[in-house]
Amino acid sequence: MTFETSVELLKFHNVAYTVYAMIIISVIAWFAYNLTLEKKAKPIVRIPFYTYIGFLVAMGVGHHIFTYNTIPWVSEDIMRHNITPDKTFQIKIANHTFDMQEKMEITKGEKVLFDAHSTDLVYGFGLFRQDGTMISQMQVNPGSKNDLLWTFNECGEFDVRSTEYAGPAGNSMFVKKAVIVTGCDTKGA
Amino acid sequence: MSLLKGTNFEASTLTALQKVTLRAVVMSFLFYGLAALEGTLMRVALVNPNLPPIEGHASHFFSIMTVHPIIGIFGSTYQLVFAAFMFLIPYLTKKPLYSVGLANFVWLMITIGAALAWIAAFIWSYAPLYTLYWPLPADTTQFNVIGGIVFIIGVALIMIGTLGFIYNIYATIFAKVGVHANKTTKELLISGFGIDGLLNLKNKLTGKPPYSKEPALSLPVVAIFRGTVDTFLDAIVILGAGILVLVYLLADASGASWDVHAVDALLYKNFFWWGLDLVADGLVLIYVAGSWYLLATLITGQKLFMENVARAALLLELFVSWMVWSHHLLADQGQPEMMKLISGEMVTMFELLTQGLALFITLMTLWKARPLKMTMELKYLLAGLLGFGLAVPAAIIQADMGMNRILHNTQWIIGAHVHIALLTGLYMTLYSVVYVLWPLLTNNTKLFSMKMANAHFWLHLIGSLGMGAFMGMAGLDGMLRRHFYMDGEFKTFMILAAISAIMMLVGWLIFLINIIMSVGLKGLLEIFLPAKDDTATFGIEPQPSVVVSQRNK
Repeated sequence: MTFETSVELLKFHNVAYTVYAMIIISVIAWFAYNLTLEKKAKPIVRIPFYTYIGFLVAMGVGHHIFTYNTIPWVSEDIMRHNITPDKTFQIKIANHTFDMQEKMEITKGEKVLFDAHSTDLVYGFGLFRQDGTMISQMQVNPGSKNDLLWTFNECGEFDVRSTEYAGPAGNSMFVKKAVIVTGCDTKGA
Repeated sequence: MSLLKGTNFEASTLTALQKVTLRAVVMSFLFYGLAALEGTLMRVALVNPNLPPIEGHASHFFSIMTVHPIIGIFGSTYQLVFAAFMFLIPYLTKKPLYSVGLANFVWLMITIGAALAWIAAFIWSYAPLYTLYWPLPADTTQFNVIGGIVFIIGVALIMIGTLGFIYNIYATIFAKVGVHANKTTKELLISGFGIDGLLNLKNKLTGKPPYSKEPALSLPVVAIFRGTVDTFLDAIVILGAGILVLVYLLADASGASWDVHAVDALLYKNFFWWGLDLVADGLVLIYVAGSWYLLATLITGQKLFMENVARAALLLELFVSWMVWSHHLLADQGQPEMMKLISGEMVTMFELLTQGLALFITLMTLWKARPLKMTMELKYLLAGLLGFGLAVPAAIIQADMGMNRILHNTQWIIGAHVHIALLTGLYMTLYSVVYVLWPLLTNNTKLFSMKMANAHFWLHLIGSLGMGAFMGMAGLDGMLRRHFYMDGEFKTFMILAAISAIMMLVGWLIFLINIIMSVGLKGLLEIFLPAKDDTATFGIEPQPSVVVSQRNK
């Protein structure tokens, strides 16, 4: 199982967390109801204390192991210093303005490095689809390295928006269709 | 029974300890109302940005966003928690409070400080947000210098008040009076840090007799003791950041032009988040766990289930809280990968364990005591447990290098995690404390209406869960948390979130009316008049504060 894009991952996350939320709400509601009953309710399941602790540890550690193995950008991000990108785009940000190539053209499957620099404030660099969903992002701190290595597994025209607040003037830091990814077949694959 | 006189409230019978606690509680709920109003204004602005008072002005929107957490966290939550603990420590240790005067100083400092920060945003539109990411708070091309100075002075006063609270708590715990007259500082320290619980567990496993059959400090006191360590560290960090900003603003006001890049932005972020995270992942989780344990034992009248494990878990949570700040920096590419992995992911994961333990111990304590009557305090406690049961796993999910890449700074973080944790988890727990303390603080004043109390409960519960959920769903669709959307984006979720916010605001109004109708306007004002009785104890023989006793010797 691999999530090719953030849309696939977020759909899975949405379903999984909603199911969890329903379960925990139901458990607390069941617990509250039975707490007041004169006749003592029999527990549905008996969970030994150490099994519960083991479950919590397994969920906490297992979550990271799961994402490492199913989300392609995790290992790519950790190892990005050892990966030679197919393309590099320089992004300069100052005075609440992006200074970058007018159209960043990418072929699907290419490893692209977005190398961002700020000379004044803390900004963000985020890539968004036309429907507003997020593809990826990073913080852009002045005075330190801000490099995002990304492999585009989808085609389309994508917007760039600052994902960090840098004062009210930063609210308009938005570049429409700054990134174009091509190379998909007619079905978009 | 009337609006003026309330039900059977007699402010003249209140002791100095009761009055100082109630003063802070009143201020806390007034600040809560202001924060709720601000939150609702922002939610409504995201539905229709042109409505007054924001009227499409980003500077106004972000000014509100800047003071909203200052008013909500410090003006309301800090104030309420500090007041409850300065009452509970004397009650639980069976000793007088160290100083009632200092407790008055605390609520006054926090009130004045929060008001100054609010004025700075209202008058001068000073809006660097609570994160104060360097060098934004010192950016005088965007913000007025005077506004910045007033804001920083306000925050500094809040922190000075916080230090006053910390001193009062420790001075009370370490006072060698009453039941602790023969205890040494070492014994109190060992108990305060929960080391006795750890030694008891070790001795049990090795078949030795317990290290301490009767710990010097009860478990809720241990939680307050431990959480206050983080409160102290957090106050020092925020004060440090405040001094840095203030120095730059004063330099600017004097005509000097200092290079803001002399301070590394990422290093500052690490320093600031280390301190700020001690609020979110330190004192909140420790104080909340302690409050759950106290509430469970008070509601059931029984001993806490697995008390030694709970004591040891509180010690673990303290260490965990010092090492988790990097989960706020998972989207910062300059942050070393090892720090992201160890601090941001692995150590943060322990919060699932510590908070899961606290949830389990509290639920088991309640379960073993059933059948229980579904009182207001029990109802709120269960809702508080639910809030953290939802918000903590949400936090663990986003504290992951894969998930954070697409969730950082989205409405998911601030909705599904932060607001569920604060409004459902923390506030429901605090309301439970309020209902437990109500008869003790008001000398058994009859609540005006149980129907209104229940209406408030359901409006707050459904409103807070709804708002968090709809904000979270918008976040999954790409909506950012620190952005003023003005073209109707994410409108359906924003309408639903705004309706939820309005439900909470209405709930608060009902709660406020119920309280005013119970204590009466006259009683409410009399709370702020000096107490005739200088008693600083509760539940034991009346004694003045330690300071007054020492002065009278």
